[in-house]
Amino acid sequence: MWVYEKKLLYPVEVKECNPKLARYIAEQYGGADGELAAALRYMNQRYTVPDKVIGVLNDIATEEFSHLEMLATMIYKLTKDATPEQLEEAGLGPHYVNHGHALFYENASGVPFTTTYIQAKGDPIADLYEDIAAEEKARATYQWIIDVSDDAWINDSLKFLRERENVHSLRFREAVEILKDERDRKKIF
Amino acid sequence: MDDTFRGSYEPYISPCDPCPPVLVKTFSLPPQLFMNFQPASLPQFSPAEALQHGSLWPALVDGYSKREGIS
Repeated sequence: MWVYEKKLLYPVEVKECNPKLARYIAEQYGGADGELAAALRYMNQRYTVPDKVIGVLNDIATEEFSHLEMLATMIYKLTKDATPEQLEEAGLGPHYVNHGHALFYENASGVPFTTTYIQAKGDPIADLYEDIAAEEKARATYQWIIDVSDDAWINDSLKFLRERENVHSLRFREAVEILKDERDRKKIF
Repeated sequence: MDDTFRGSYEPYISPCDPCPPVLVKTFSLPPQLFMNFQPASLPQFSPAEALQHGSLWPALVDGYSKREGIS
């Protein structure tokens, strides 16, 4: 169960209409290394990892949803009231034809989200290493979005989100260390 | 199987669990986790043994068999 707070994790200030930037941010919204993939991955893997690290997956998955909400706010506001012509110019013509002004879980190229982006292998080490890799890939994606964005306000929020990837990566690495400490314990039983 | 490269934990068991509970769950902690950079001059298998094991170095071999039943 979750308790919802009607506010964003970190402020999102959108000062100007910029559909092209919205399109780029979609990579983190519905892309392979995006927040949706991360949230769904951890929320699902948590059932079959050792008890000691369930909480890490649960808490990070929850935070990823709050990141998703920040990205949704950016995309919504960057495209709100944009004309079909403006959207077409930003490469969002096909998006407009299919979804109008609605948001959709797709990457920057318009490829719809698929669960083939994520895995649950049922092997704690394999799953945690995937999670570490996912955080690093998300960090890199934020870097490249910041590289192509000249919106200082959006970039401030993106930098916050990028830093969270660093923190999460370390938490997953710590989870691996916790499991390594479980080595040999079987002999006690 | 060498227990050195396995971890285990006792999962929470609910009195309402429908299936007969597995009291201890086992998982792999393969040797590469404990060797961030392979030390030089590790003991080596003979070429024939190395071919069979898939590694020249016994320190990197943990093996796996169906009988372990890791779930």
